[in-house]
Amino acid sequence: MKTIRIGAGAGYSGDRIEPALELAEKGDIQYLVFECLAERTIALAQQARRKDPEKGYDPLLAERMEAVLRTCHERGIRIVTNMGAANPFAGAAKIAEVARARGIKGLKIAAITGDDVLAQLKARDFPLMETGAPVSTLDGIVSANAYLGAAPIVEALKEGADVIITGRVADPALFLAPLIHEFDWSMADWNLLGKGTVVGHLLECAGQVTGGYFADPPVKNVANLARLGFPIAEVKPDGSAIITKVAGSGGNVCARTCKEQLLYEIHDPARYLTPDVVADFSAVTITEIGPDRVQVDGGRGHPKTDTLKVSVGHLEGYIGEGQISYAGPGALERGRLALDIVCERLNLACVRTSELRFDLIGLDAIHGPAHAMGLPAEVRVRVAGRTDTARDAARIGNEVETLYTNGPAGGGGASKNTREVMAVASVLIPRDIAVPKIHYLGV
Amino acid sequence: MKLREIAHSRTGDKGDISNISLIAFAPEHYPLLEKYVTPERVRQHFTGIVRGEVTRYALPALGALNFVMERALGGGVTRTLALDAHGKCLSSSLMALDIPELDGLCKPAAGEA
Repeated sequence: MKTIRIGAGAGYSGDRIEPALELAEKGDIQYLVFECLAERTIALAQQARRKDPEKGYDPLLAERMEAVLRTCHERGIRIVTNMGAANPFAGAAKIAEVARARGIKGLKIAAITGDDVLAQLKARDFPLMETGAPVSTLDGIVSANAYLGAAPIVEALKEGADVIITGRVADPALFLAPLIHEFDWSMADWNLLGKGTVVGHLLECAGQVTGGYFADPPVKNVANLARLGFPIAEVKPDGSAIITKVAGSGGNVCARTCKEQLLYEIHDPARYLTPDVVADFSAVTITEIGPDRVQVDGGRGHPKTDTLKVSVGHLEGYIGEGQISYAGPGALERGRLALDIVCERLNLACVRTSELRFDLIGLDAIHGPAHAMGLPAEVRVRVAGRTDTARDAARIGNEVETLYTNGPAGGGGASKNTREVMAVASVLIPRDIAVPKIHYLGV
Repeated sequence: MKLREIAHSRTGDKGDISNISLIAFAPEHYPLLEKYVTPERVRQHFTGIVRGEVTRYALPALGALNFVMERALGGGVTRTLALDAHGKCLSSSLMALDIPELDGLCKPAAGEA
C-alpha cells in the first residue's frame, strides 16, 4: 500500500533549524512542512511590509531555505510552508534568490495569496467573535487575514510546485493538502479529511509530539532534548498514520507525547473547526507499536462550516514593564516594600494606566498568591501596566529602575521595556469573501 | 497523593481561552480523574486567574479529560499583562491537586516517556 511520509520542519517561527535538515537528509520523507505563523505574527509582518514592500515574510525564511533547499531538491522532497506571512509573493522571490545563489535549477515555486481580506472587511462591517461589536469599533486595524484551507495548496501540488509558500492557512491544512493530493481524497470525504487533520494537528508543533514540551523529571523523562528529532507521519491512503522520527535523534515518540499533543489547543474534541472540515478527535486511538512508533487512527469528520475565521490585528495602546531582584534574608519583605513604593510613585507621577499588575516572580507571578509554597530565597519584582501612550508606559519601567538608588536595600538587575500592543480579534466571514490566488515562479 | 503522580497535562491557548488536558498514566486511574477532577474543582483551583466558565470534555478511550477555561488569560496572549502570557504554566499548577489514595490502586507510571 502506498505510504506518504511527511516531516514537520518547524513548530513556530523561531524554531531550531537543524532538525529540519536532519529530516530532509535522513527522514526518507516526500514532504517537509514548516508551520511558522502564530496568531499575531502576521499582523507584525504586515507592519514590516508597510515599512518595506519587499519584506513581510518570515525573518528566518532565507536561513531555513539555505539549510534544506538543496537536499530537498535533490531528493524530490516538496516543501509546504506558511512562512510567506504577510507577503507570500516576496517570500517566493526570496526562495528563488536562495535557489539561484546555490545553482539550483528546475524549481517551481508557488505563492498563495488571498488570505488578506482587510479591504473586504472594511467594506462590510462584521461582528467580532469576542464581543459582538462591529469590526469598525476597533481602532488602529493593521491586518485582517482569513484562515484558508487546503484547496489552493492541493492545486499548486497538482500543477507540480516543488515549494509552496502561503500566508494565513489553517495549520493542519499545510499537512492535509499533500495527503489530499497524493491519495486523491475527495474534499467532501469528511472522515478522511478528519483523519488527515488529526495527522496535521499532531505534527504542526513539530517537537511537541516527539518529546519536546513534555519532560517533567522524574515522572516524565525524555532523553537528549538538545538533539530533539522532529516528527514524521507515515500516512496510509485510509488516513491512518504512524508518528515517528529519525532513528538516533533525541526525544521520544510515545502514546503519552501523542495524547498531549492531540489535545493541545483543542476545545470540544468532537468539533475541531478548520476551513476544510469539522474534525472529530473524540474516537481517536493512539497505540504504541514499536520504539518511537505510534499508530494513530479513529479520526472522523463532519461537513465544514459556511464561514472562515479571520484574525484582525489592531493596535491597542502600550504596555510598560519594569523588573528588579532582591535576595537573601528578608528578600520577600523588600520585594513587597518595592512594589508599594512603585505603586505610590505611579500615583504621585499621575501615570495613566487602564490596568496595572504587581508581581513577585518566584512567589506569585504565575499562579497568584493562593499557590505560593514557602519562603523564596530570592524574588524578582515585576510591575506591568497598560497605557494609552508610550510615554506613560516608559514611566512604569523607570519607576522600577529608580528603586536602585531610591528603594529598598540590595535591589539588583533592573530591566525595563515598553512595547506597542498588537492585539488580535476574530471575525467569521462568508467563504466567498476570501478568494485564494496562486502565483508561480520558476528558477 | 498529588495529581502529578497519576496523570500528565499540557496547556494550550486560543485568545482568552485556556485549555488544559489531563491524561491518566494508566487506564485504571482514569476513573479517579473523572471522579475527583471536576470542572468546579478546577475552577476553584484557578480562583483569581480564571474568570469565566470551565467546561470539561471526556475522552475515555484516551484516558483523558480536557478542561476549557474561559476568560483565563488576561485578555489573551496578545494583550495580557501576565508574565506567562500564554498561560503555559497552568497545567503544572493543576498537577498539585490532591487526589485520595484508594485501596487496590497502586501508584504507577513514572519513568521513560
